[in-house]
Amino acid sequence: MITTRKKTNLISLLLVAAMLALVIVLDQVIQPTDSMSMLLKVLQKGSIYALAAVSMNLLNGFTGLFSLGHAGFMLIGAYTYAILTIPSEVRDVVYQYYDAAIRLSFPETLGNAMGPVGTLLGVVLAIVAAGLAATLVAWLIGLPVLRLKSDYLAIATLGFAEVVRAVFQWGKLGPVTNGSNPLKSFVRINSFQLKLGGTTISLTTFVPVLLATVCIALIVLLVNSTYGRSFKAIRDDEVAAEAMGINLARHKIMSFCISSFFAGVSGAGMAMVLGIAQASNFKSAMTYEILLMVVLGGIGSISGSCIGAMLFIAASEWWLRGLDSGNFLGINAPGIFRNGFRLVVFSVIIMIVVLFFRKGIMGDRELPDLFKKRARKEAAGK
Amino acid sequence: MDLMNTVLPYLLSGISVGGQYALIAIGYTMVYGILRLINFAHGDVFMVAGLIMVYLSASMPLYLAVPLMIALTVLLGFLIERAAYKPLRTAPRMSVMISAIGVSYLLQNLALYITGGLNKNYPTIPWISDPITVFGSPTKRVTLITPFLTVALVIVLVWLINHTRVGMAMRAVSRDFETAQLMGIRINNVISVTFVIGSFLAAVGSMLYFSNYPGVVPTSGGMPGLKAFVAAVFGGIGSIPGAVVGAFIIGICENIIKGLDIILQAVGVLKEPLELATFSDAFTFALLIIVLVFKPTGLFGEKTTDKV
Amino acid sequence: MSSILKVENVTMQFGGVVAVDNLNLEVNEGEIVALIGPNGAGKTTAFNVITGVYQPTNGAVWFQGDKIVENHPQGKMKKLYKGEEAGSYTHVLAPTPDKITQLGMARTFQNIRLWKSQTVFDNVLIAMHCRTHTNFLAASFRMNHREEQEQRERVAQLLETVGLYDVKDELATSLPYGKQRRLEIARALATDPKLLLLDEPAAGMNPQETQELTAFIGQIRSDFHMTVFLIEHHMDLVMDISDRIYVLDFGKLIAQGTPEEIQNNNRVIDAYLGVVEDA
Repeated sequence: MITTRKKTNLISLLLVAAMLALVIVLDQVIQPTDSMSMLLKVLQKGSIYALAAVSMNLLNGFTGLFSLGHAGFMLIGAYTYAILTIPSEVRDVVYQYYDAAIRLSFPETLGNAMGPVGTLLGVVLAIVAAGLAATLVAWLIGLPVLRLKSDYLAIATLGFAEVVRAVFQWGKLGPVTNGSNPLKSFVRINSFQLKLGGTTISLTTFVPVLLATVCIALIVLLVNSTYGRSFKAIRDDEVAAEAMGINLARHKIMSFCISSFFAGVSGAGMAMVLGIAQASNFKSAMTYEILLMVVLGGIGSISGSCIGAMLFIAASEWWLRGLDSGNFLGINAPGIFRNGFRLVVFSVIIMIVVLFFRKGIMGDRELPDLFKKRARKEAAGK
Repeated sequence: MDLMNTVLPYLLSGISVGGQYALIAIGYTMVYGILRLINFAHGDVFMVAGLIMVYLSASMPLYLAVPLMIALTVLLGFLIERAAYKPLRTAPRMSVMISAIGVSYLLQNLALYITGGLNKNYPTIPWISDPITVFGSPTKRVTLITPFLTVALVIVLVWLINHTRVGMAMRAVSRDFETAQLMGIRINNVISVTFVIGSFLAAVGSMLYFSNYPGVVPTSGGMPGLKAFVAAVFGGIGSIPGAVVGAFIIGICENIIKGLDIILQAVGVLKEPLELATFSDAFTFALLIIVLVFKPTGLFGEKTTDKV
Repeated sequence: MSSILKVENVTMQFGGVVAVDNLNLEVNEGEIVALIGPNGAGKTTAFNVITGVYQPTNGAVWFQGDKIVENHPQGKMKKLYKGEEAGSYTHVLAPTPDKITQLGMARTFQNIRLWKSQTVFDNVLIAMHCRTHTNFLAASFRMNHREEQEQRERVAQLLETVGLYDVKDELATSLPYGKQRRLEIARALATDPKLLLLDEPAAGMNPQETQELTAFIGQIRSDFHMTVFLIEHHMDLVMDISDRIYVLDFGKLIAQGTPEEIQNNNRVIDAYLGVVEDA
């Protein structure tokens, strides 16, 4: 049994490595003008959304805490990252109406001291700082809010996200957050390149995919640890969990903080992908979208959340594009297929999943489980 | 007197908005009382009511458009319940809540498609949209009418709930879902009636609300919906008077905060504006969190305990 | 024989309803003690006070010589409370149930509360979580490898002892009723308790299953040197295994003693069969 577990782990590791290699190759092969360039866009955005969905699943699916504050934590992450990576020479241009208060740029400072490695280290530090900022806020808000039961918790966290958005847009905080104006010109994904001799390897798609993969791997490790198992126990039966010595308050806040950490990181990733950080983008609609990705993939399944997020982004940004521009699957009907129809079809699909395929694509299983089942069936067949 | 003139317009629009929130909040609180469901789509039903009015009034006179708009909104509320919530009656509460979020997403996207994302001007309803002056501050007549109409409707509703058969059934269902079912109450009918009443009030509310605003966009329902829900929680969810009181408090507070900079400057507390208006929405939610933490059952809510 | 659990003047009042009225009882190390009484006598409430689910209105609970729970009437209860021992307690000591479990007291539930999406093995493994010393980072990066391995071996051993090893990979809720009860006991044992509290372990069991359970509880006592305190309705089981019995009726202790003494106690017989009122 233990050897099979090791084997599955090894295979998963190899598959992930192969996937990352493939992403690098795709990044070089596909030109921005290609029709397939949408694939890269989907991979970039989808992987960040996958991370956001998995981090939400950790809380909603694995710990059973129905929280709708995700957009708020992502916003905190995005702003923290952006503020800490804007180079000093463009800072005054970005903060055109305010006198920028924070003038430190991690990648720049470390880059000056240590060269390219320092720049990279600076970016990583800024991402970690984004996560930590979200965690700190989560800890503060979690102490009172996590005592609430299911739907009260949902509405309180939803409200909290709105409060965060208002605070970040407040003119008096302009020197830090740039008020309601966007933050831009910071280090984004297309800033990453690898120069090997004469050739330049673009890492535009690789960077967000790698970021998401590393973070999701960390979440998987957590979920399969003794703490992850306790989270599931709390989800299944809180009273029994407490009676078996699991400290509810401590574990709930732990799950909330960890989930928010990765939400913050995904917010940073989102800023890197979009090249802009603006509070008005992080509305509750974003939380709803992420929730629907989780539902699509299956509540309680990490691989499901990844698949759900990728499908969601691919469908809404790429495959169903034709529904908006008059031509879909060879049918030409500009009268019906006009702006917005894509989202209507898409939300109908979502409703069908919610109503008739309540378990989503994966239920609460993971990808390796599917292969295990097949192996068992084959063994039984023999 | 100077202060009075500064505060009055905000207070007036606060009372008016509070009345409109109250009409939406009743829909939330009744549905929650019976199904224990936060009907996230309710705010969007309110928005759709606004849009229906925009389209209807373009093609027919108002005396036809208004009743038809109300009828269509009621139908929409009824259909949403039948299509999206009824199939999930035995499912975990989280699934139903997700379904509600899905419906909200669908309605918004549908509205986006139909309007093309453009701001639709709300028709001017004669008499109630007329400009008037109250103690020297200009406003629309709807501002004055709203609180009275709201209170009148609530009195009728409370009477219905306390004195009719279906009202009694509603009270029974909200007290104990299973037992009411065992006693032969037709749960589905009661739930439908609840949605019909909620949608009716939302339709009336939308008429009052949008008369005061320049127009309707697909996201118009989101904020008022959320705030009405907060009002319902604030007043103690499941309680109709609670929802109304909560809605008025939130409407007034929110509008006072909108003008707080000016008011504080008029009083002389502030030398320069603090841009506090940014927090008019956030305040509602901050209030919500505070209420939930210190009195989770709201002002008039009942206490429930879990059995081990 | 030293006392392991002592309940001292415990009253539990819900508004005007007195569920447990000035209860005093003691369980000594190594004993099997039963708490019996008609339905609604306040037995489960007493358990819930001992395990920290409820905070008593008045009184204290001692475990292994330490006071672990204490309360006195406060707020609204102050007016309602009519107990004789009012004023004997002044401090508030209200640990959450998990703290009490960590002190070495584990329980089962009247209505089975297993973690339904988890396997039999994981149900027991999770119960060991409260004895781990690693933080979440160390646990995520598997730096507690040795500890985890040890735990897994202990779970296997425990399941072997209770006879559930062959179903360890099944979902907990797919087990037949009797085995689910056994699993609940195994799960409680996994928290490494000194005292095991069983809330109606034989509820819903047929006579044969009850007999098996009786043997099983005896086995637990000898194998794990466990003290057991149980609530039960099946008199056969209670009379068979208990060293001492407490009888509760309408929240009040009406009798205590050995099984023989209880069987011949008139007040107990009255409580169970009802008193014939004078016509």
